[in-house]
Amino acid sequence: MQVLYFAWMRERIGVPKEEVETNAATVADLVEELRGREERYALAFSDMAAVRVAVDQELVEIDTPLTGVREVAFFPPMTGG
Amino acid sequence: MSVSVQEGDFDIGAEMAAMTAGRTDIGALVSFVGLVRDMAGGAAVSSMELEHYPGMTEKALEKIEAEARARWDLQDCRIVHRVGALEAGAQIVLVLAASPHRQAAFEAAEFIMDFLKSRAPFWKKEAGLGWVDARDSDEEALERWR
Repeated sequence: MQVLYFAWMRERIGVPKEEVETNAATVADLVEELRGREERYALAFSDMAAVRVAVDQELVEIDTPLTGVREVAFFPPMTGG
Repeated sequence: MSVSVQEGDFDIGAEMAAMTAGRTDIGALVSFVGLVRDMAGGAAVSSMELEHYPGMTEKALEKIEAEARARWDLQDCRIVHRVGALEAGAQIVLVLAASPHRQAAFEAAEFIMDFLKSRAPFWKKEAGLGWVDARDSDEEALERWR
């Protein structure tokens, strides 16, 4: 699936998006997998209270299943307007 | 009902004229314009970069607009949000709400702005200061609409 990062998540991880092969059942499982990859991921995902998640462009909770999902995005709380 | 996410500026007069053109049933047209302020927590801001999530941004704005239409008797509604590099003083966002009576138009415009602040995927980065943190007050603002 495509994994996208925005704002300081993008800066900490160093790429705006990447293709990730995963068997993670939920978003939380995917976060655990990514954390284990490299220090930059561990850092970006160190405080999940500061991370929001969208699955196929809809805001969701961290325990959302990933079955059939094409796109997951991680970003800080939004600051529009 | 329409939503635009764009780098270019918008003309509030032209936007309002387009909304009322050819109709005489609108009694109230409320507009809100958000601007880039030159101060943030006591520090000077000369410019900012507005990042967004193409695709999701439009969907999120359309959802907010549809929700406003479901709650109030709106005849028309429009959201324009700019992205990219913005100088202090620049227009960032425009919300228009048209209704037969003013209360619905005022409330709908406020509702749209409250949700747009923390439910549409935009992120502000102020030059020299870094990413703007979300405020607890933005989250609290949503409570009164529940």
